[in-house]
Amino acid sequence: MWDYSEKVKELFKNPRNVGEIENPEAVGEVGSIICGDALKLTLRVDKKTDTISDAKFKTFGCASAIASSSALTEMIKGMTIEQAAKITNQDIAQYLGGLPEEKMHCSVMGMEALEVAIANYRGRAIKKEMVGEEKIICKCFSVTDKKIVRAIKENNLRSVEEVTNYTKAGGGCGKCKPEIEKLLKEFWEKESTKPVPKKIVQKQTLTNLQKISLIQETIEREIRPSLKADGGDIELVDIDHNKVYVRFLGTCLGCPATGITLKALVESKLKEFVNDSIIVEEMKN
Amino acid sequence: MRVTYVDNNATTAVAPEVFEAMKPFLTTRYGNPSSMHAFGGEVHHDIEEARQNIANLLGVSDLSEIIFTSCGTESDNTAIMSTLRSNPDKRHIITTKVEHPAILSLCRYLETAGYRVTYLNVDGEGLIDINELRSAIDHDTALVSVMYANNETGVIFPIEEIAEIARVHNVVFHTDAVQAVGKIPFKLTEIPVDLLSLSGHKLHAPKGVGALYVRRGTKFSPFLIGGHQEGGRRGGTENVASVVGLGKACALAQAHIIEENSRVKILRDKLEKEILQKIPHTRVNGNREKRLPNTTNISFEFIEGEAILLMLDEKGIAASSGSACTSGSLTPSHVLRGMGVPFTYLQGSIRFSLSRYNTEEDIGYIMEHLPPVIKRLREISPYGK
Repeated sequence: MWDYSEKVKELFKNPRNVGEIENPEAVGEVGSIICGDALKLTLRVDKKTDTISDAKFKTFGCASAIASSSALTEMIKGMTIEQAAKITNQDIAQYLGGLPEEKMHCSVMGMEALEVAIANYRGRAIKKEMVGEEKIICKCFSVTDKKIVRAIKENNLRSVEEVTNYTKAGGGCGKCKPEIEKLLKEFWEKESTKPVPKKIVQKQTLTNLQKISLIQETIEREIRPSLKADGGDIELVDIDHNKVYVRFLGTCLGCPATGITLKALVESKLKEFVNDSIIVEEMKN
Repeated sequence: MRVTYVDNNATTAVAPEVFEAMKPFLTTRYGNPSSMHAFGGEVHHDIEEARQNIANLLGVSDLSEIIFTSCGTESDNTAIMSTLRSNPDKRHIITTKVEHPAILSLCRYLETAGYRVTYLNVDGEGLIDINELRSAIDHDTALVSVMYANNETGVIFPIEEIAEIARVHNVVFHTDAVQAVGKIPFKLTEIPVDLLSLSGHKLHAPKGVGALYVRRGTKFSPFLIGGHQEGGRRGGTENVASVVGLGKACALAQAHIIEENSRVKILRDKLEKEILQKIPHTRVNGNREKRLPNTTNISFEFIEGEAILLMLDEKGIAASSGSACTSGSLTPSHVLRGMGVPFTYLQGSIRFSLSRYNTEEDIGYIMEHLPPVIKRLREISPYGK
């Protein structure tokens, strides 16, 4: 059965921007008929402002490949080249209201076509940037180690199956699966030995604005998820020098343990990530 | 929306007569055929009547040669595992590259367990080379298993000839006849097949019932070990209603087999001819003569099958495809790849499989909606003309 979002179905049935721009400023072609999907992206770019004024596509592939291509053209119209260069496959998937896991490679194809087109606009072939120690891992779909590692990094992939869903690597004869497994292991081992970036910021002299945003970030990342797991929540009310005022919400309201939570969780996390002098106080309605 | 169902090699509608025949066994006549009391024991006669109907359709005279199972896959698994257990000194299996997963997946598993498997090639028309089969047989060969007809292309294999070769070499021969039974007539009294699998839901019986033919004298070892049902060859209380349904479906299939090979075949030929005439860059996959009367597998160049199916689905047309996106993997159909279908055609295959419930009107409806779908997708494709 079709496991597609309404947006995917809509863009498949009525794709926007089908076709080819004549004498385009940029062309991006990826995939091949042998691999099962291919996309040709053509862009009209205003050279004075570097703005994409029009984008068209032609796609060979399944419904989600056509919808991903159509979504991409809709997203980049009106963007500058610099803005468009920041688009990831996750952005395309998100625009589509999500894609089935095994179809994520369709969004990756969109991102790749855009990258090739941008490189083409900037006057260099993307292939040149990528040569080096690149090695083909999946021979069935010509997927390189570089592409696999990038997909692992950008999409937080943990299993061979996920890598196949996002890059197609391993989806043919399957002989390269042990190599993909190795790439996954190497990548995540390297990641785990890296110093945690959030610690670097810790206890530096911060400007007021930096401190406020770090407090907000710490509450979002370190505190709210564990409260939410129990149906509770917290909001930041005010900051006065090193005094942080918060308000408990949800099931935290009236919970006899909020005093402990305030010190053991909220204050200790803020001390850890922002600075040792932080004192947290609860605001009550 | 009205559904135009042309996916009968996937599954079929339960015939109304079959449903009627099953009803009592799902309501009032729920007894266990193994019971001593009449209420249950009488059901036993209905099971034997069903067995008789299957035997009639297959041209079998000895009723003990038919065993009821739960599906085609169970029949296939039973046939292979029984043969290997009964011939423990032999560790070689011969099959083809284009079998159903019920055979292929089991063979791949058996390879990991130390068995040797020869997968026979098929040519561009989907047919095997008999000489390749002959030379593959050796003193270690326990079993030859070749499907009667292919589910994707409908191509019919020369079962008589293959069975004869296996017999001469004293090797057990099994055929997965799930797609052939009820669509083409044959008599097992005339073909030296040792084991044959069939499935109910491919011939207008419900899902969840199948049968295995085991020629008398074939060494047998049960797959489901349990009670004394089916003469101790398949444990488990009989799925009475479905078994009765399968019996009825076989009787109906026998009554309609001429229609299947005349009216249904004419409809299939008409659909195929019109597609080839009206839509450029199309090809039929598989031999067009040695083929089931209900099946046509057509590739549309430069476009992808899932997209075609999804657009047809919008119009209520139910067919299937061998493209990568529809095969549940990233590679297109192993059958079409095995046949060496050109890569520009490989992803764009659509299988139309008809039944006696299809009409002229259905063909007209498909021909009204298919050409614009193909045209539209080719406009979107960078390879489209």
